[in-house]
Amino acid sequence: MFEEIVQTGGQIEPSDWMPDKYRASLSRQIAQHAHSEIIGMQPEGAWITRAPSLRRKAILLAKVQDEAGHGLYLYGAAETLGTDRAEMLEGLHSGRHKYAMSFDYGMPTWGDVAAMGWLGDGAAIVNQVPLARCSYGPYARAMVRVCKEESFHQRQGFEAMQALVAGTPQQRQMAQDALDRWWWPALMLFGPPDDASPRTADSMRWGIKRYTNDELRQRFVDMAAAQADVLGLTIPDPALRLREDGHCDFTLMDLEEFTANLRGEGPYATQRRDHRRAAHQDGAWVREAMQAYDDRVVAAREAS
Amino acid sequence: MSTYTEPLWEVFVRPARGLSHMHVGSLRASDAEMAVLSARDLYTRRSEGVSIWAVRSTDIASSDPAERGEFFETAATKPYRHASHYHVPDGLNL
Ligand SMILES: [Fe+2]
Ligand SMILES: [Fe+2]
Repeated sequence: MFEEIVQTGGQIEPSDWMPDKYRASLSRQIAQHAHSEIIGMQPEGAWITRAPSLRRKAILLAKVQDEAGHGLYLYGAAETLGTDRAEMLEGLHSGRHKYAMSFDYGMPTWGDVAAMGWLGDGAAIVNQVPLARCSYGPYARAMVRVCKEESFHQRQGFEAMQALVAGTPQQRQMAQDALDRWWWPALMLFGPPDDASPRTADSMRWGIKRYTNDELRQRFVDMAAAQADVLGLTIPDPALRLREDGHCDFTLMDLEEFTANLRGEGPYATQRRDHRRAAHQDGAWVREAMQAYDDRVVAAREAS
Repeated sequence: MSTYTEPLWEVFVRPARGLSHMHVGSLRASDAEMAVLSARDLYTRRSEGVSIWAVRSTDIASSDPAERGEFFETAATKPYRHASHYHVPDGLNL
């Protein structure tokens, strides 16, 4: 039954039987995805008070709120697999779980916020559109919602880049510098190259993934190259070149840097986890109060 | 530290007048009022609905997935319940 459904592109629902490895692999992927949305709020959230206009501030606030929503849809989807929410949070806080480590880079200027929206959310769309057809129903349905929202994220980023390139020479330079900083982290969002991605085969067979990392990365580069042209900016890859067949030749990110990031050695890795942990600890009294109230309600019900 | 997690709620949204509420996902909330408020923030940020139901996940009764086959089998063997089962002459408004 399971094999037949996934082989024919159908969808598995929470109450269906599924192999343990499928469940484990999915819950790992969905939890990581959720964590990425939650951690991703940090660098952008830090810019809300410094956005250059009220309009940009409202847009950024809405975007960051969406990312919180993405995290919550995804935690919800992971819970349908029997994954405990508190355990997922513990995984994030302890470092046992990974998240997209591209968020471990800094955002020193407003240009970075623009570039992150354009490239980071652009990469997210390329990754997530096929996930909206993945074999696990709750994950696929969450992705449908997420993709609609990501489209706004990418466009607002691109528009913010357009505003910078149409501005003063300094603003234009700010946009170029931000592209220089975010190009490689954007490529990293697609994960390791296929020949170094041991789990890809299983994920493809089970219909969790529909395309390999390298296929998706190629798709992204082809689109981003055309968009950079419109902005009049230069992608920091001297080997980037449009081929006759309409696809681009390009250089892969530095794999040493990539694996160091995976080990949690990205420039802001410690800060990101510390910040998340602190936020969780600061909320402890609320959880304790809710627990106490809950206990009281239960005791009252039992007494009556 | 307390590991308290709020109970799970299933959220149903009516997308527009004239349509039924549809399941859109779940969320965690401490009580019914919070569940409805959070559902608004989480699932209707772009005017996706005109009404929200939140139901405690544990309050939902459901058919047994393990017995799905037998449970729904009886409908599968009654094609005569469908209008398309009957052959009628062409040209009649029937
Ligand atoms: Fe997102
Ligand atoms: Fe986004």
